Amino acid sequence: MSAAAPPGARLLEVRGLHAQYGPTKVLHGLDFDVAEGGITTILGANGAGKTTTLRAVCNMVRTEGQIVLAGARIDGLATENIVRKGVAHVPDGRGTFLNLSVEENLRLGAYTRRDRSQVETDFERVYGYFPRLKERRHQQAGTLSGGEQQMLAVSRALMLRPRLLLLDEPSFGLAPMVVQHLFEIFRTINAQDRIGMLLVEQNASMALRLAQHAYLLETGRVVVSGPAEAIRNDETVRRSYLGY
Amino acid sequence: MEQLTHQILSGLATGGIYASLALALVMIYQATHLVNFAQGEMAMFATYLAWALLQAGVPYWGAFAITVASAFVLGVVIERVIIRPVEDSPILVIVIVFIALLVIFNSVAGWIFSYTIKPFPSPFPAQPLFGNSYVSSHELGSTAITLVVLLLLFVFFRFTPLGLAMRAAAQNPVSSRLVGIRVGWMLALGWGLAAAIGAVAGMMVAPTVFLEPNMMGGVLLYAFAGALLGGIDSPGGAVLGGFIVGVLENVVGAYVGTELKLTLALVVIVGVLVVRPSGMFGRVNVVRV
Amino acid sequence: MAGIERRKLIALAIAFALACALPFFIGNYRVFQFTLVLAYAIALLGLNMLTGYNGQISLGHGAFYAIGAYTAAILMDKAGMPYWMTIPIAGAVCMVAGFLFGLPALRLEGLYLALATFALGVAMPQILKHKSLEHWTGGVQGIVIVKPDAPEGLGLSQDQWLYFFTLAWVVVMFFVGWNLLRGRIGRAMVAIRDQPVAAQAMGVNTSLVKSLTFGVSALYTGVAGALGSIAIQFVAPDSFNIFLSITLVVGVVIGGLASISGAIYGAFFIQFIPNVADQISKAAPWAIYGIFLLAFMYAMPTGVAGFVRILRARLRR
Repeated sequence: MSAAAPPGARLLEVRGLHAQYGPTKVLHGLDFDVAEGGITTILGANGAGKTTTLRAVCNMVRTEGQIVLAGARIDGLATENIVRKGVAHVPDGRGTFLNLSVEENLRLGAYTRRDRSQVETDFERVYGYFPRLKERRHQQAGTLSGGEQQMLAVSRALMLRPRLLLLDEPSFGLAPMVVQHLFEIFRTINAQDRIGMLLVEQNASMALRLAQHAYLLETGRVVVSGPAEAIRNDETVRRSYLGY
Repeated sequence: MEQLTHQILSGLATGGIYASLALALVMIYQATHLVNFAQGEMAMFATYLAWALLQAGVPYWGAFAITVASAFVLGVVIERVIIRPVEDSPILVIVIVFIALLVIFNSVAGWIFSYTIKPFPSPFPAQPLFGNSYVSSHELGSTAITLVVLLLLFVFFRFTPLGLAMRAAAQNPVSSRLVGIRVGWMLALGWGLAAAIGAVAGMMVAPTVFLEPNMMGGVLLYAFAGALLGGIDSPGGAVLGGFIVGVLENVVGAYVGTELKLTLALVVIVGVLVVRPSGMFGRVNVVRV
Repeated sequence: MAGIERRKLIALAIAFALACALPFFIGNYRVFQFTLVLAYAIALLGLNMLTGYNGQISLGHGAFYAIGAYTAAILMDKAGMPYWMTIPIAGAVCMVAGFLFGLPALRLEGLYLALATFALGVAMPQILKHKSLEHWTGGVQGIVIVKPDAPEGLGLSQDQWLYFFTLAWVVVMFFVGWNLLRGRIGRAMVAIRDQPVAAQAMGVNTSLVKSLTFGVSALYTGVAGALGSIAIQFVAPDSFNIFLSITLVVGVVIGGLASISGAIYGAFFIQFIPNVADQISKAAPWAIYGIFLLAFMYAMPTGVAGFVRILRARLRR
C-alpha cells in the first residue's frame, strides 16, 4: 500500500502529529491529508488513537506537529479559534448541551456566523435532513434518544457551514438503519456543499464505502494508507487490521 | 394584620436585594462551581463609588448608571487579571484568592473612605406612596428596581445569542469551544454582570443600613441562605429563595427580636444543608460510579 | 525510625536544637509570639489532616479552637485544675465534639460542607456569649487565666517556660500525627480524598474514617486552643470569630496542603505576616495582607511546603 496523498488541492495537511495526555504519548508522528471536498477516513482498533487524532486537530490535547488548513497553519491556535476558521468537530459522546433545547443547540452551532438570513436557511436545511429534530425542536436535548442526539450533534456542526467536518465514530451505538440514513446525509452534504470530511470510524465497511482515502492507525502510527476502494478490496489488510 | 402586611411587604423589599445578590452568586457558581465570597465587598466598594460621585454633584441616576457600568468593568477585569491565573488550581487555592479579594476591598474602602458611617440617599421620595402605612416609597422603589434587573437578566439569558452562549459556556465549556465560543470571556462577562448586580443591590440597601465598609456582611449571608434554599445551581430558585429569606427575616425579626436575625440566616443555611442540600429547585447530584 | 532518611533526621535535629535555643536569645514578648506559632502549628496540623489528607473542607475550625480554649479556661477558673492537666482534657472534649459534628457532616460534600462549617464558625461567638452559658463562659467579658509559673530551680521566665511546655506538646502531637498519617488510617484518609467510591469498594469504612478524622482534627485544634489561651492568659468570645477560622484555612493552604512541615510554615505566616503588613501600611494593613495572599497563591499554589519540595527536586538534578 503506497502512502500517496489524495489528488487535488488539500484542505487539510497534517505532518508529524504527536499528541499526549499528560505524560502519556498517544500519537507518534502521524502524516495524513484531507482533499478539498474529499472524505478521508481514519480506521483502527480501540485505543489506536483515532479520537485523539481528531482532538489534536482541534488542539484539545497537547500536540506537536504541523496542521495546515487550506494553506494556513492552525496548530497552536486555541480550539475556539480553530472552529472559527471553519472546522466543525462532532466529538465522541456527541457533546450536546443536554440542558438546552434542540433549537438552542442548533443556534449555538451558528454562534460565530454573521449572516443571519443564511442561518435561517440552514435551519430549514438541517430540519430537512432530520425531520425528527424539527418535531422535537423545543424539547430538552438530554431527553432525546441516542440516534436523535447524534443527528443533533451532526446538525449543530453543519450550522457552522464548515469547510471541514470532523466526525468521531458517528455510527457508535446506533441502529443500522439510522447509520444508513446518517451516512446518506454525509454523502449528500459532501456532494452538494463540497464539505471536506475527516471521518473516524469503527464501522470500517461503511466508512470505506463513503470515503475516498483511508488511513489505518495502530497504537498511534499509520500502518496502512491508500485509496478507500483499494483497501476495501484487499482481503489481507481487511482481515489483519479491520477484522472482516 | 396591618403589622404583618407591613412586615411582609418590607420583607419583599429586602428580599429583592437578597434575590439579586443570590442570582449573582448562582451565576458565578454555575460557571465555576465556586461561591464568590467577595461579592458583598465588591458591591460595597461600588456603592462607595456612587457615594463619591454623588458628593461630587453628579445627579442620582447618572451616578447610578456610571456606578453600574464601572462595577461591570471591574468585575471583568478582576476575572481576567486575578482569577484567570488560578482558574485551574485546586479549589482551596481559589478560595484563598476570594478571601484575599474580600479583605483587600474591605480594607481599601476603609482606607479611602474611612470607617465612619455615612448616610446614603434614596432616589425615591420620603413620603410613602398615597400616604399608605404598609410600605415606604424606598421599599417599593427598590423592589421595583430589583424586579427590573431580574427581568432584564432573564430576557438577556433566555433570548439573546450572547446570553445563550454564556449559559452554554457555564454548562459545558468543552462543547462551547467546539462551537467557537470564547469560554474565558464568557466567564469574565459573568463576573462583570454579577458585579453590576451587586452594585445595584448595594445602592438599594445602603439607604437602610447606612454606608460603611462592613455593611454587606449580613446581606451576603442572607443572599447565601436564599441561594441555598432555592438551589445553588438554579437561578430561578435562588431568586425565589432570596425573597423568601427576606420575608422570613422581617417576620421572624418582628416577632422574635432582632438580635437573632443573623442566627436565623444560619439556621436556614444549616437546615437546608441537612435536610435537602440541593435546595428547592436545585438538581440533586447523582454521581455515576 | 524507619522511613526517614538520614538527611531529614539531621535537619529535624538541627531545627529542634534551634527551637530550644531560641528563647534564650530573644525578649519575652518575642518568646510569647513564638509560643503562639507553636500552638498554631498544632492547630494547622489538625486542620491539614482533615482538609489536606482527607479532603474535607472546614471553614469553622475556629470553633474547635474556641472549645479547647474555653475548656482549659473553665477548668482552671472554676475547677482550680492545674494548667498542664487541662490540655489533654481539652483535646478529648474537642475530639468528641468534632466526631459528633462530623457525623451529620458526612452527607455534605465540598461547597456544602464548607458552608455548614462556615455557619458553625460564625455562630460560635454568639453561642459563647449566650446568656444561658454565661455562668461558665463569663459572657462577653470572658475569663482571665492566671499565667503559670515555671517550675522551681529552672531559672526560666514564665514566657520561656510556657514556650518549652508548648514545644513539648508540638513534639508529641507531631510525632503521633506523623505516625497516624503514615499508617493504615492515613492511607485510608487519602484514599477517601482521592477516590471515595474505590476506597469504599475496597472495604474502607468511609463514614467511620471521615468522622474519626473530623474528631482527631478537632482534638489537635482543641489542644492548640488550650495552649494558646494559656499563653494569652485570656479567653473572650470575640477572639474566636469567623476570622480565626479563615486564618486557619489560610495557614493550611499557604503552608502546604497534605504536608506536616506545612503546618509550621503556615503557623509562621499567620502569626507574623499580619504584623509585617501592619508595618508596611498602617492605613490598610489587611489590603497588604490580601496582596500577600494573592502573591503566595500565584507563586506557590502548593504552599511553602510544595515550593520547598520543588526546590529540593531541582537541586538534586
